[in-house]
Amino acid sequence: MTFKHVNKGIKRVDAYEKVTGKAKFGADMEFADMLFAKVLRSEYSHAEIKKIDVSEAKKMPGVKGVYTAFDIPNNLFGVIVQDQQVLAKDKVVLAGDGIVMAAAESEKEAAAALEKVKVKYEELDGIYDVMEARKEGSLKIHEDKEDNQVIHHPLRKGDVEKGFAEAYLILEREYTTQLIEHSYLEPEAVIVVPNDQNHLVSVYGSIQNPYAARSAVAAVLGVELADVRVIQNHIGGSFGGKDEVISAMAARAAVMALDLDRPVKMVNTREESFTESYKRHPYNLKYKIGATEDGKLTAMEIEAAADSGGYACQTPFVTWRSVVQATGPYELDNVKTDTYGYYTNNPYTGAMRGYGSPQVIFAQESLMDELAEELDMSPVELRKKNMYSQDSVTASGQKLDGHTVSLAEVMEKAMKEINYEEKYKEYSKEQFGDKKRGIGLSISFRGCSLGAEAIDAAASLIQINKDGSAAVYSGLAENGQGLKTIFTQITAEVLGIRIEDIDYMEVDTTFTPDSGSTVASRATLIGGNAVKNAAEKLRKRIINFAADKFDFSADNLALKDGFLYDESGNRLALFSDLTQEMGNTGILLSAYGWYKGPEISWDEEKGCGNPYFTYVYGCQIAEVEVDTGTGELTILEMAAAHDVGRAINPANVKGQIYGGVMMGLGYGIMEELEVEKGMIKTKNFHDYLIPTIKDMPEIKPIIVENPDPDGPFGAKSIGEPTLELGSAAIANAVAHASGRRIRSLPLNLERVLIGRSLHKGGK
Amino acid sequence: MAKLDVELTVNGEKYNLKVGSQERLLDTIRKQLKLTGTKEGCSVGECGACTVILDDKAVNSCMVLTAQVDGSQIITVEGLESKGGLHPLQKAFIEKQAIQCGFCTPGMLMSALALIKENPQPSKEEIKTALEGNLCRCTGYQQIIEAVEAAAEEWGV
Repeated sequence: MTFKHVNKGIKRVDAYEKVTGKAKFGADMEFADMLFAKVLRSEYSHAEIKKIDVSEAKKMPGVKGVYTAFDIPNNLFGVIVQDQQVLAKDKVVLAGDGIVMAAAESEKEAAAALEKVKVKYEELDGIYDVMEARKEGSLKIHEDKEDNQVIHHPLRKGDVEKGFAEAYLILEREYTTQLIEHSYLEPEAVIVVPNDQNHLVSVYGSIQNPYAARSAVAAVLGVELADVRVIQNHIGGSFGGKDEVISAMAARAAVMALDLDRPVKMVNTREESFTESYKRHPYNLKYKIGATEDGKLTAMEIEAAADSGGYACQTPFVTWRSVVQATGPYELDNVKTDTYGYYTNNPYTGAMRGYGSPQVIFAQESLMDELAEELDMSPVELRKKNMYSQDSVTASGQKLDGHTVSLAEVMEKAMKEINYEEKYKEYSKEQFGDKKRGIGLSISFRGCSLGAEAIDAAASLIQINKDGSAAVYSGLAENGQGLKTIFTQITAEVLGIRIEDIDYMEVDTTFTPDSGSTVASRATLIGGNAVKNAAEKLRKRIINFAADKFDFSADNLALKDGFLYDESGNRLALFSDLTQEMGNTGILLSAYGWYKGPEISWDEEKGCGNPYFTYVYGCQIAEVEVDTGTGELTILEMAAAHDVGRAINPANVKGQIYGGVMMGLGYGIMEELEVEKGMIKTKNFHDYLIPTIKDMPEIKPIIVENPDPDGPFGAKSIGEPTLELGSAAIANAVAHASGRRIRSLPLNLERVLIGRSLHKGGK
Repeated sequence: MAKLDVELTVNGEKYNLKVGSQERLLDTIRKQLKLTGTKEGCSVGECGACTVILDDKAVNSCMVLTAQVDGSQIITVEGLESKGGLHPLQKAFIEKQAIQCGFCTPGMLMSALALIKENPQPSKEEIKTALEGNLCRCTGYQQIIEAVEAAAEEWGV
């Protein structure tokens, strides 16, 4: 199949604005008569609020309003469980809880007013360890709940006791992963304009999921969805992070804007962002695995406990993704998995690129290498013996027969690119001196899109103007990942028009149809199909019009390069002449597109079914050097092979791979949010380190294409798979180099040198 | 508090401004001059999103007080494009897909500009050193390096 616009690394359609400084982000927006607001946050991670005195704050210069939870119409919100407070009322459950907010003529005046607020707390004992939180009779964080459990997902397949009885070798291992920050470069920003263009409130800002923000604001204000308009601006990175935290911010600003009848702007400082935003779930993972002498897996038993922090947020869904991926891409007849989420008084945790997969992959891919060593097999041999191939059946009982199962291919390509076999052999020999090298790999299968979490559908709208130019609207949002460019390419391909003739419109909840959230690496797959559907409707309409006009069979006409062609390649008309004529004849040149993913199924009681309609496969390999004298770890090279179905824009896919590998590297070797009794200690980039350009290894991206029958032009997903594999590959490489197996993330200096964190009781 | 008189040349245009003694150059640029291409990411000089060129050097404008730089020449991202079109660095960033969310892009461009002006043919290591103070969470930096290399090749002397 040859394409004109798809499968090409065309330039991003939003690039010009972004290199000239013209792109407006949330904090860049200004409205006439705008006020600025700030939030006072808790001094404790768990405390009763005894008294709030705002009388002095109200008298401060420039102050227009000071508010507490008592001024919020409906103070609780949440996409899954409505337990998150817009402002803490009687009790704070985490350090990021806001208590008082103030709006003033300037940011400085708002902040100065909050310094005059007096809050009387009674500090409560807290729970800061997920294993404490799950103990029977432990202190309850939410009094209206039975206990601290947010969720429990079981999965049962076969009989693990029987499987372990058949095993020649049984390994039991525990792994832990850490709390990390999304670290999007743009701190959160929203502006709410009241009584704007027939809407009660219009919300602008760095909003990952405009429909989720609209629902939250409408619920908090107690108004209809139609009263709230959310308009997305350019967003400076999100990675799953600008969802609930932005909803809370938008709801606060909306309450103030309506009360004062003036626009209210809120922009977080980096410290406020670290303090208030949700993080990636830390996991405690217990794995038990059995295998025969020749390396065939007989059973796997897994218990995973995720720290949800003070609120449920997206814990039920994050942990659900863990269930499906917990065994890794390996054939097993006997599986028992229990995945839990618990409330603690730590910072709350939610969506972050990868969702619940990076944690379980770190554990399970480390475990495979540990098992291989015990069995005296190579890591590759053990994997090849057990990994999914075409028609394999997963732990939840799904037969992988609707798409190409390409694990062997991604693994082989990654290995070849980095010269794995030779390096593995070389580094397996005795190495002299402190500096030792190693190489390690990890593989994964990942369900595309939402799966059984929610209804998986998206819409689009394409309007063609009389002059042949077009505007594309989608309910999914550009987060920086390149969605505008991808959807423009799909439109251009179907309609046979130039990229330059297409305008991609920002999400505006009043005009664009609700398409759910831009999450789960679903935009290209689900949203791309919706855009393709709208474009196809229009193409058909135009071709039918032309067939009538020129007296041709519609089957023999084609739209290409802005022209109408017959089957012999003769140009019959300009695209713009056709649209002009159609417009003048009164034919509708707009169409909605809609796509709903194929049927899926899930039995939550038993943990079985077909949770996703298709999967992607990936393999990453890390080559490292460990200085066993100092603990210094250098990642020399990484290969990343990912089957994306079809790369709509290969240059963009490479960008996703580079970015995901680096984020995975940060997760694997350096990032860890320091928290003491629920209070965050590292609040800016001088003490919370993310990878800089100097931390880059040589990265080899490998795009594998096995077009998927359900993807637009065969395309699937790439955003999240790129970061779920790195930490395990690095841990395996470090073990290969140094002989030290590290079962806790990140693999920082102290863990590499002495095998554990320097903190008291550290793992 | 009395305001101070400051003269700045920003993107070739002369401005006579009144600034507070504590006003950061970043705020002067964003709030007074309304040049919002320069971004604020951390306010402590760690992320580089606010990088501008101050008398030929790339600086974090969140760490500079405007009153300290009276009489200086400043270039911001808005000053890159000219009547002749996009600057070679801008073209290269577009060409090499060195942009994702775009929030770090203005700062990256400024650091790269300062580098190539001083060192027209930088090595990969020199590019990394020049951009070390500019964080990017999206791109993994590879395509940014490629862009700077391409721009240097086209434009460097």
